Amino acid sequence: MQSVPANQIKPQRTEESRPSAVIAIRGLKISFGDLHVLRGVDLDLYQGENLVVLGRSGTGKSVLIKIIAGLLRPDSGEVDVLGQNVDQLSARELDTLRLKIGFSFQNSALYDSMTVRENLEFPLIRNVRNLSRQEINRSVEEALDDVGLKQTINQMPSELSGGQRKRIGIARTLILKPEIMLYDEPTAGLDPITSSEINNLINEVKERHNTSSIVITHDLTCAKTVGDRIAMLLDGRFEQVGTFEEVFAADDERVKQFYDYKFVD
Amino acid sequence: MDSTNTNQATSEKPVVSGRLDKIFLNLSDVASFITHFFREVLVPPYEGREIIRQCYEVGVRSLPLLSLTGFITGIVFTNQSRPSLATFGATSWLPSLIAIALVRALSPLVTALIAAGRVGSNIGAELGSMRVTEQIDAMEVSATNPFKFLVVSRVLATTITIPILSLYFSLVGMLGSYLNVHQNEETSFLTFIEQFFSSITFLDINSAVIKATVFGFTIGVVGCYKGYHSSKGTEGVGRAANSAVVTSMFIIFIEELLILQIVNAIRAS
Repeated sequence: MQSVPANQIKPQRTEESRPSAVIAIRGLKISFGDLHVLRGVDLDLYQGENLVVLGRSGTGKSVLIKIIAGLLRPDSGEVDVLGQNVDQLSARELDTLRLKIGFSFQNSALYDSMTVRENLEFPLIRNVRNLSRQEINRSVEEALDDVGLKQTINQMPSELSGGQRKRIGIARTLILKPEIMLYDEPTAGLDPITSSEINNLINEVKERHNTSSIVITHDLTCAKTVGDRIAMLLDGRFEQVGTFEEVFAADDERVKQFYDYKFVD
Repeated sequence: MDSTNTNQATSEKPVVSGRLDKIFLNLSDVASFITHFFREVLVPPYEGREIIRQCYEVGVRSLPLLSLTGFITGIVFTNQSRPSLATFGATSWLPSLIAIALVRALSPLVTALIAAGRVGSNIGAELGSMRVTEQIDAMEVSATNPFKFLVVSRVLATTITIPILSLYFSLVGMLGSYLNVHQNEETSFLTFIEQFFSSITFLDINSAVIKATVFGFTIGVVGCYKGYHSSKGTEGVGRAANSAVVTSMFIIFIEELLILQIVNAIRAS
């Protein structure tokens, strides 16, 4: 497959039925000192798809989703999320937009000093006004039910396994019913069975909540299981974008090397 | 956004010399951190519940250590001062001496140093750990202002509670001193209290409270700054905690010296 600009490759649908882009990235560049991490990234995420961003460690995959969530500011380029240019939003507008974005962190980022219940309540209480105690409890229980961990409600994060922490992290983002999910290395550090459970959960979240997702990973099993499209980040740009089969059929030595080394099926 | 600031800061090129640039960049960072605090503290929403929780953490949880330290300081200081006063047959001045020493100097300083060790390191380590485990980022993406929730509440808590703890330290120190004086000079409690309070002025109490407030603000700001800007994983967390204590103590001594000069100038005028 020839290298194709990411924004020209769409999910496998006809032109008429093509969904709209919920995230549109154009010419995104960011450097840290002399290290040029992203060197002109173009990418679209379409409504209702899971887009997997693959790449070696340190290629800027996590940086990309942190820019989308407004945690980092790019040196140049544009990031439109749900029709809003992230870089031009005021703090208040950015917060409003963030309520529509769920961010699942690599290490779950659960608040250590709070129980699972308090972790889930935290974004809810602070962002949704006039909720009764009953409504809060119901939302927390529903979110925990979604990830199959209702029994951990009163546990502290330190008492949970790695897989449970990931699930609770996802539940915490789901509680605000986001339209877009950003997963940062969802299967990193997990055993194959737990990884498979997390992959299934990502697919379930998409089906149940009709979310559009970007999944950052270098786990090819995860990429194949959850990805409607794969975007391969190489040398700071998306060089290959398409279905899993299309990307790994590409005549690109760097992609082949990644596949040969990593993939076990 | 602080991640952005870090990004911008790291991309700065040295202008004069690396070390000098670093010092100025750090000072400018601290200045903008303090400015950010004052901007956030005035703007709603206010984190009332978190401020109360932090006041409890800083204040109530420090009471056992401060009670012990204050009591022992009172006893030891009285005991050590007695021989010098006894030389002039002036042991009856002990309550006055203790009052001046405790209220003017010892209470704010010792309370602040203890708080810097206990509270400052705790804040540095807690926020540092939250930074490196992305909990601060998690707060930000869930539309919660982490600076307001974590930094403003902690700085306000230390600024409010350290003066109260300092006054408490004075009272406990006074009790320790009274026990020692009563045992040796058989002075009654009422006489002791009367002598104790007659020797201190409104300016003494006022300057002590102001001093403790400044120390409390310093402990909060330094602890939060070090923790909030922590990096380099667990090593960075340890460094943030350690640096919070050392830097706070250093600044507290400088502030003590400066405030003493100002108070002395007021006293002389």
